Amino acid sequence: MSREKILAAVKFNQPGANPLPDMEVLNALTDIKTDLISKYKTVATAGGTFVHEVSDFNGIKVILKNDFKPEVKIISALDELSDYIYTDTVKFEDGHSFADVELTILRTNLGVAENGALWLTEKQMGSRVLPFIAQHLAVVIGKDDFVPTMAQAYEVIGDADYGYGSFISGPSKTADIEQSLVIGAHGPRSLSVFILS
Amino acid sequence: MSTATDKHHPQLAADFNRDEPRVNWHDETLWWVRAKRDIAAHKLPEWELLRETASQIKLNVLSNLSAYLEQFEANATKNGVIVHWAQDAAEHNQIVYSLLEQRGISKMVKSKSMLTEECHLNEYLKEQGIDVIDSDLGERIVQLANEPPSHIVLPCIHKKKEEIGDIFHEHLGSAKGESDPKILTETARQHLREVFLTRRAALTGVNFAIAETGEFVICTNEGNADMGAHLAEIHIASMGIEKIIPKRKHLGVFLRLLTRSATGQPITTYSSHFSKPQDGSEIHIVIVDNGRSIQLGREEFRNSLKCIRCGACMNTCPVYRKSGGHSYHTAIAGPIGSILAPNLDMKKYADLPFASTLCGSCSNVCPVKIDIHDQLYKWRQVIVKSGYTPTAKSMAMKAMAITLASPTLYRMGGKTGRLVFKYAPFAVNNKFNPWYNQREMPKAPEQSFGEWYAKRKGAKN
Repeated sequence: MSREKILAAVKFNQPGANPLPDMEVLNALTDIKTDLISKYKTVATAGGTFVHEVSDFNGIKVILKNDFKPEVKIISALDELSDYIYTDTVKFEDGHSFADVELTILRTNLGVAENGALWLTEKQMGSRVLPFIAQHLAVVIGKDDFVPTMAQAYEVIGDADYGYGSFISGPSKTADIEQSLVIGAHGPRSLSVFILS
Repeated sequence: MSTATDKHHPQLAADFNRDEPRVNWHDETLWWVRAKRDIAAHKLPEWELLRETASQIKLNVLSNLSAYLEQFEANATKNGVIVHWAQDAAEHNQIVYSLLEQRGISKMVKSKSMLTEECHLNEYLKEQGIDVIDSDLGERIVQLANEPPSHIVLPCIHKKKEEIGDIFHEHLGSAKGESDPKILTETARQHLREVFLTRRAALTGVNFAIAETGEFVICTNEGNADMGAHLAEIHIASMGIEKIIPKRKHLGVFLRLLTRSATGQPITTYSSHFSKPQDGSEIHIVIVDNGRSIQLGREEFRNSLKCIRCGACMNTCPVYRKSGGHSYHTAIAGPIGSILAPNLDMKKYADLPFASTLCGSCSNVCPVKIDIHDQLYKWRQVIVKSGYTPTAKSMAMKAMAITLASPTLYRMGGKTGRLVFKYAPFAVNNKFNPWYNQREMPKAPEQSFGEWYAKRKGAKN
């Protein structure tokens, strides 16, 4: 059987023991908790994300009302934004039924200042395809939910049990044609992030 | 898509060099990507420690690979994922085909996977009547052009937008003469959206597979891997045995290095962690050896298995930039490809370790600190000892060895050379001398150092 043959060949050929490196020094070097929001805003904006600092959910509603026409299909994972279709009511639907979604609104508890990445699990997405298939994506995050780097992000995630999770750091993009950056490849054409104070 | 050619790197590079403005553009564009990598790396004071840590984690992986593979398999299985093992490309392709055939699936969407390029999966499936569409924009472009990717991160970096416009006009119905990247990308978006929504099977590569949890991570900017996988009833993920990392927290090292090294971005748009299948769908992982376990046993070359496929060594390589990815006639081009390919077929790829100036820039930018240029140098020795060098090169080397071993011959050779340069430059400045290609030969000095020294000594006495 191939499995046994591969494992035997690997075992026979692999070098002698080499320990895993200690990551404490590295992680301590990166654990700088100052100006996380301004660092996040700089990186995220450079990556094409629209960042809004809002004081409450009403602030989010005002911006979304301005950006999206009332007749478009919007799915929201937040109780506080109840004018829209709630993810819990559609999460068992087949992913293909979301093909006409204009905007998906999700809530995260973890953002990374160094690279603009926002951690979203399947539970927070409702359905895995929702943050990808929608024409636009909006994510709500609390002002205290930022960590400096990916090192701290994985400390927060720890041994969490999820079926699927993704770090999303901006709108879908490509530079495959002559290295010209084009926003809106296969996923959302925009990412709006609302930082709740 | 394979490069079916009997030509070796020098001839293929010469073909690429016929269009000088294109070579210059290719060279400058890749150097620009390299410069972006530098800016990103220099922003992190801990960059070198990060590289060292990544390198050590990968060394630990290589040392314990069999145990990690078993651990990964056990955890993935616990998560409800089905794991398959393939010793070689043929077995990998056969597994993928049988998964599709059992379900009566004849069309599949595929996101970027260099392993499937290595295995020539697309050609194989086509022969079995399976239609495969590559969903990464660059890969879709080269697929429509009936070419292999020329770069592992930037698959169509050798193509100009006007050529892409022509391809899209022919295959996707964009307006004739349209070459605006925005409009062409939108055309591909509409075309591929239809594909994502109608495919029952999706195949993806794997960037990292975590032994501790059984999950695997796929990084894209376009979101194509996720669109394909989440909308399909079966997701097949193909991975080489070396993609394993021990713990989830180690992603905090590798995800910080990968895109900064690749394109200068701080992270890809999407870093997706697949742990369990969605309700009503399946995830299958095919773990592929295809010569990797042999490379693991080659002490001098095993570090090449640390590679995380960022492409930094290609962007920085003066030979790659000026000869183009297709000149390497293998799935993974550039410096790293030139140390991986001879392991698969030493005779066929005997030219590749010589396609380097050994300047060492590749090793300097490698995020996992692979000693790439040292390995290129070592491969040359293995290849020469195994008798795989081109005849012209071995004859020249033999003549050189005889000359250098004899002071009389050496002096005679030097004198003749200088005379030829002086009185008969056409004898060397011609197309039969490869050193003259794209170069002017230098003026020969009047005398050798030996002659000058003897004269000077005579004058002093």
